[in-house]
Amino acid sequence: MENKKIRVLIAKPGLDGHDRGAKVIARALRDAGMEVIYTGLRQTPEQIVETAIQEDVNVIGLSILSGAHTHLFPRIMEILKEENVDDIIVIGGGVIPVEDIPELKKIGITAIFTPGSDTRDIVKFIKEKVK
Amino acid sequence: MFDKEEINKIKKQKREWEKNTLNKTLDRFPERKELFVTGSGKEIERLYCPENIPELDYDKDLNFPGQYPYTRGVQPTMYRGRFWTMRQYAGFGTAEESNQRYKYLLEQGQTGLSVAFDLPTQIGYDSDHNMSLGEVGKVGVAIDSLKDMEILFSGIPLDKVSTSMTINAPASVLLAMYIAVAEKQGVTPDKLNGTIQNDILKEYIARGTYIFPPKPSMRLITNIFEFCFKEMPRWNTISISGYHIREAGSTAIQEVAFTLADGIAYVDAAIKIGLKVDDFAPRLSFFFNAHNDLLEEVAKFRAARRLWAKIMKERFGAKNKKSLMLRFHTQTAGCTLTAQQPDNNIVRVTIQALSAVLGGTQSLHTNSRDEALALPAEKSVRIALRTQQVIAYESGVTETVDPLAGSYYIEKLTNEIEKQASEYIEKIDNLGGVSYAIEKGFIQQEIQNSAYKYQKNIEENSQVVVGVNKFKIKEEAPKGLLRVNPKVGRQQVEKLAKLKSERNNGKVKGNLELLKKAANTEINLMPIILECVKSYATLGEICDVLRNIFGEYKESVKL
Repeated sequence: MENKKIRVLIAKPGLDGHDRGAKVIARALRDAGMEVIYTGLRQTPEQIVETAIQEDVNVIGLSILSGAHTHLFPRIMEILKEENVDDIIVIGGGVIPVEDIPELKKIGITAIFTPGSDTRDIVKFIKEKVK
Repeated sequence: MFDKEEINKIKKQKREWEKNTLNKTLDRFPERKELFVTGSGKEIERLYCPENIPELDYDKDLNFPGQYPYTRGVQPTMYRGRFWTMRQYAGFGTAEESNQRYKYLLEQGQTGLSVAFDLPTQIGYDSDHNMSLGEVGKVGVAIDSLKDMEILFSGIPLDKVSTSMTINAPASVLLAMYIAVAEKQGVTPDKLNGTIQNDILKEYIARGTYIFPPKPSMRLITNIFEFCFKEMPRWNTISISGYHIREAGSTAIQEVAFTLADGIAYVDAAIKIGLKVDDFAPRLSFFFNAHNDLLEEVAKFRAARRLWAKIMKERFGAKNKKSLMLRFHTQTAGCTLTAQQPDNNIVRVTIQALSAVLGGTQSLHTNSRDEALALPAEKSVRIALRTQQVIAYESGVTETVDPLAGSYYIEKLTNEIEKQASEYIEKIDNLGGVSYAIEKGFIQQEIQNSAYKYQKNIEENSQVVVGVNKFKIKEEAPKGLLRVNPKVGRQQVEKLAKLKSERNNGKVKGNLELLKKAANTEINLMPIILECVKSYATLGEICDVLRNIFGEYKESVKL
């Protein structure tokens, strides 16, 4: 298992078109030796989970800046559970108010990386979680 | 501006100064860094002298404000005549709430409105569409039909304000709604002042709120050019936007290059359908970003003005002076705002706003300190507006035109940005134009590369961001952030159901049928869209008709 590459899906749920962060993270993870799949914009929760299953990923990184995370993140977590793939580690990023974070963690999102996060910290976090 | 002899003399003196004075200092006190660079990553010299701008010709390169090539500004008196329009981008929740915010901003001395729509509106979905769930009223106001638009502008006389609307793919629908609201107020279209963004190319490149593929999108845009030439002579038919290209991570040079390349594509498209350049070009407007590197930004605005004037004159043979003038709105750079120590953002915004004013902007939005955290709260918006007012009334930079002209560094930077942006435009021309360069992912990848480099520079500390990678403190969670009422989505859905039960559905159906027929021909769609809107057809219904005929755009993603 040592040599198996960590597989990550970077996904943009909802209608938000801000993908600078998603693309920078995708590239940083790839430079750190991971296999990265990027969904592109306007993905429904169903599409994201489907891609995650098809691509057999270890991690899903959700990026959202529109404020719709309160609706879309829980929906994605629900479907992961329904499909019995809730062993996939889910992390989130974007413009997410600090006060929303405890609730998101409660539904199973492992970590939220807000603006100003260091990509090296995200790499480190994923490597530690995916053993 | 200098003769050769004079330059040689100064050059010689500079060498002597370096040998006798500078080197001694450097031996004792080395400089902070080995290499100093602009925001665009270009090396900055220690000292700029006449030798850096030996070819600068006052008449040809600068001239007087209001004269070709407009380097020094588009009007002869600039801010001595009147200040720029202070225009804060705002909108959230329902039309009622946003209407309140607009009235508040006008009371606080704002001089123009700028409407932010929520994402479903921008992508042509009604609030009850499946894709709209969780998005209604979040990043702007939710508009489903003329009913909402009537509420949005209630009590605001549309012949007295100018209104900018950030709307692109469904721009014709929202413009039609605006015309219809004005009509109800007794204001005819020729009296309306304002702007629709209507710039689809940058949506494919950087912003993401596209609906249709490029070809029918360009048709909708040129339909608007033609309609407004006849009916709305004071309306800015497009705001060709570099703002979002910069936010996506481009450099200042790329911002100018890709924006003007988009501009060229719009002019080409309009000429192709038979419009005369001087009939529509005077109503083209631009929208730029104001980033942190103050002096590079000032040079950027000046370079963009000069380059556009040359393009319009030389490439398109425009004769009308107004066709040659690059008029622009500016917004400070949202991507520079930090979630850490958010009050520091007030200072960043001040510096950025100053660059826009020193660069001769026609209107300005200053960001609020809390925008890396949430939509801006009322108090934060007021500080942002006050920042503009302090620059306008207290700083003194407005009292003379183009005050930084003649600075060796500014003129050198202006030349460099113009030159490098021109090279990019040439490259895009050689690729077969902007549409092709977008399709191939060329422009997107150039921007992504710059964005990645910027991030790496921050992480490697070669770019300091105060409060983020240096001067950090322990902070408490910020308080008083704006939260959009979670009931907005449900309220909109209820309003929509009520509308559909009350309107004349036969008339709506008939108008949508006419739209469908018209969309299959080559005729201008604006008049029939206006009829659809007036019969209270919804935005989603109108866009669905067009979706069925035009198809939908799929982005090509390359990492």
